[in-house]
Amino acid sequence: MPDQRGKRVGLFVTCLVDLIRPSVGFAAAKLLEDAGCIVEVPRQSCCGQPAFNSGDRATARALAEQVIVAFESCDYVVAPSGSCAGQLKVHYPELFAGDPNWLPRAAAFAAKSFELVSFLVDVLRVSRVDAQLEGTVTYHDSCSGLRELDVRVQPRRLLGTVRGLTLKEMNDAEVCCGFGGTFCVKYPEVSTAIVAKKAANAVASGADILVAGDLGCLMNMAGKLTRDGEKIEVRHVAEVLAGMSDLPPIGAPERDRGGDQ
Amino acid sequence: MSARDLVLGTIRRSLGVTGAEAPRRRAVEDRIAGHPAGLVPARGQGSAADKLATFVRMLELAAGTVARAGTSAEVPGEIAAFLRRHNLPMRVQRGADPLLAGMPWEREGTLEIDTGKPDPASLAAVTRAFAGVAETGTLALASGPDNPTSLNFLPDNHLVVLAAKDVVGDYETAWRRLRETYGEAMPRVVNLVTGPSRTADIEQTLILGAHGPRRLHVIIVGDAE
Amino acid sequence: MSDLVTSPQFKANARSALADVDLQNALKHVEVNFIAKRREVADRLPEFERLRDSARDIKDHTLAHLDLYLEEYERRVVESGGKVHYAVTAQDARTIVLDICRALGARTVTKGKSMIGEEIGINAFLEAHGITPVETDLGEYLIQLRHELPSHIIAPAVHLTKEQIAADFRRAHVGLPPGRDLTAPTALLAEARAVLREKFLAADVGITGANFLVAATGSSIIVTNEGNGDLTQTLPKAHIVLASIEKLVPTLEDAAQILRVLARSATGQEMSVYTTVSTGPRRAADPDGPGEYHVVIIDNGRSAMLGGEFRDMLRCIRCGACMNHCPVYHAVGGHAYGWVYPGPMGAVLTPSLVGLDKAGHLPNASTFCGRCEEICPVRIPLPRLMRHWREREFERHLSPATLRSGLRLWAFFARRPSLYGFATAALARLLRLAGRRHGRFRWLPFAGGWTRTRDFPVPQGRTFQAQWRARSRAR
Repeated sequence: MPDQRGKRVGLFVTCLVDLIRPSVGFAAAKLLEDAGCIVEVPRQSCCGQPAFNSGDRATARALAEQVIVAFESCDYVVAPSGSCAGQLKVHYPELFAGDPNWLPRAAAFAAKSFELVSFLVDVLRVSRVDAQLEGTVTYHDSCSGLRELDVRVQPRRLLGTVRGLTLKEMNDAEVCCGFGGTFCVKYPEVSTAIVAKKAANAVASGADILVAGDLGCLMNMAGKLTRDGEKIEVRHVAEVLAGMSDLPPIGAPERDRGGDQ
Repeated sequence: MSARDLVLGTIRRSLGVTGAEAPRRRAVEDRIAGHPAGLVPARGQGSAADKLATFVRMLELAAGTVARAGTSAEVPGEIAAFLRRHNLPMRVQRGADPLLAGMPWEREGTLEIDTGKPDPASLAAVTRAFAGVAETGTLALASGPDNPTSLNFLPDNHLVVLAAKDVVGDYETAWRRLRETYGEAMPRVVNLVTGPSRTADIEQTLILGAHGPRRLHVIIVGDAE
Repeated sequence: MSDLVTSPQFKANARSALADVDLQNALKHVEVNFIAKRREVADRLPEFERLRDSARDIKDHTLAHLDLYLEEYERRVVESGGKVHYAVTAQDARTIVLDICRALGARTVTKGKSMIGEEIGINAFLEAHGITPVETDLGEYLIQLRHELPSHIIAPAVHLTKEQIAADFRRAHVGLPPGRDLTAPTALLAEARAVLREKFLAADVGITGANFLVAATGSSIIVTNEGNGDLTQTLPKAHIVLASIEKLVPTLEDAAQILRVLARSATGQEMSVYTTVSTGPRRAADPDGPGEYHVVIIDNGRSAMLGGEFRDMLRCIRCGACMNHCPVYHAVGGHAYGWVYPGPMGAVLTPSLVGLDKAGHLPNASTFCGRCEEICPVRIPLPRLMRHWREREFERHLSPATLRSGLRLWAFFARRPSLYGFATAALARLLRLAGRRHGRFRWLPFAGGWTRTRDFPVPQGRTFQAQWRARSRAR
């Protein structure tokens, strides 16, 4: 395996991380730097998935061109999100099918794009992380990461190397959480019904912490759990692996963790 | 323009063809004439004894029951035993099939044989299968002058006579056997039967004996070769 | 039945479904049973994945040569003494069936489960013309008593509780002792069996669908567990097969390939109990069987699908696995989809058949979790096809105005990353100020759908990109 150290990795931070929870981006950057990569953050907005999934192919294409150009000088493009990475890796080439100019660029871009944990394990061959977290973690498999990018074993493997951490599988870990991007705003009641099942499964697992690799899923699940007054903490896998678990979990106030509001 | 012309015309237009293209016609003719087998699962393969064992195992998994008879002469006795075991009247319907007709029914004095029209009220019927398919424990029965299809469905209890040498590994072999007997002209009906009738339509509760037989009992005659 | 499309009311349908306690209990069975059983039976067959490829390839080959296979099929049906009728539209199909029934003086007709029968609304049509259709598949019979559409394509009454069924039986089966015990499912089945047995025997005509039409032999294949299809097609004077054009397969060997994935995908059985291959009417010396055998080959919009983006949908073998695995279906059940075909396959097929203007909600009501595509035995790319419908909707301005303008606003910024950076930095700061004490919002303007039932996290305050650039400048 050629040495990946010193490679320039463009961090595709994702619009949700950028706006809502930048610590995930810093966690991702730390993990990449610890593994020997040079992390760059080209100016970016969105991968275009909301447009793509809403049928606005023209906007999706325009944003894809933007992203491809912005990251052209990077050796790799890594996103702490299965759904955004799926857009980059699986759907960008679809957007340029039949275009002799852009398809090769999109294909090359897709080939160098990865979801974060998959990149660490499958490409960088990272086998352990230096982090500590006392407690039981249950992992939710975000749909795109799982089904488009085969992210399943990798996060569990790395989580297993976090000192003090015990992994406990919940029932139906692989079932959708009901976020689905625009779905949760188009069909909020159905989305709520689906996330209610996911929340119940997470709580029933007895775990202290719910972890996943997609901030959209995490916001959705945390939103339901905190509304229901559940004590289980919700964190992004990048933060846990980067040893940033002293941050307040998603949806919790700064001062009192897992507060009672 | 007939409906037929319209449908075929739209299909051809959608596919961008005229229908006269020789390569397409040839592809269709070849596939029909050659009827190539696809992927055949390994499960039904093996020696004749393996196939028989697999057939029995799969049939029992599908809630069928199996009995062995050394020769066809033992069949009437096995049928009588089945009826007694389940407290059924000693009466069974059958078609005129020569294999069945040639059995020594007279040896079971108390057993009444009804060779008349299939009777919806009858509680047991015996028919014969031309093959048993090991991969799923499936019986293959063909309709014919001596084999009324409705006997496979009307009675509560369906008994089937199957020669051990007629147990094949897979569906492809069953179709081959069918062609060997009937040529390219099919019998009116081929029934592939895997266990007794069932439904789970009431709260996903599995119950046997929906509209077809409640029990399927297969009497395998002879040995695997 | 087929003309009543409530798909435009998907949201309202879904709301009722979510509040329907009986339905929610019934749907738990779908979630638990079908998925586990399919997994087990697939794991037991090492060749299962390759068989899915084989099934897909057979369907693709057949569709690419459908005109020729139809002609071959028709020729052999006629050779075996059967009759083939082509129906361009649902109305054509209904008329053909009625004419056959009238010619025979039919008064009652038994029916095996047939989705295409539901699609063309044959029951209501026959009733309107003085002919009584009786559904014989137990699930179909149960919903016929309630004048409902099926809620699942292979388990049509999956939404009913046994209490509801018992109440329906008491209402519909007059003449039976009112004090009889109908608490156990076995008692319900015994009653249905007895009632329907009489109908089987009295029927003048039997109508079934077809899982396959085999070109090489001119045969129709039906797959049931109950045996009702066989009693339907064997006992009456005539057997009518209703089948849409894409049911064709070239040979019996091809049918065997697809049969190997059908029951396993549908119910987790190795094989359905009764797979019946029928070729033509009763032969001269046959002791039983229908005197006439008719096949009504129905187009109803499918031939047009062959040339377009939705062609892959024609591979569907109606196994129901997609809806068995769908989180949306698990939440709302089949009736919410508003027509004959629910779940992911319904979301793709229904707009083709009834129009996108009526069925637009269906391909939108998906999270694109991808489970359907993962388990479809003929590998239909269902999420991609749903996305194609969303593209059509977008082009035709059918999507809701609020969503369109929201997306347009967001796209305006997203296409201008520097402006985006300013706007998001301002938004992050604003939201942080508003919510930093609690860590989460219980309510946000424009986000009522979310915050009604979920909290929304307060942003950490400065965007990632702003912080990164600041750190980089500092270095």
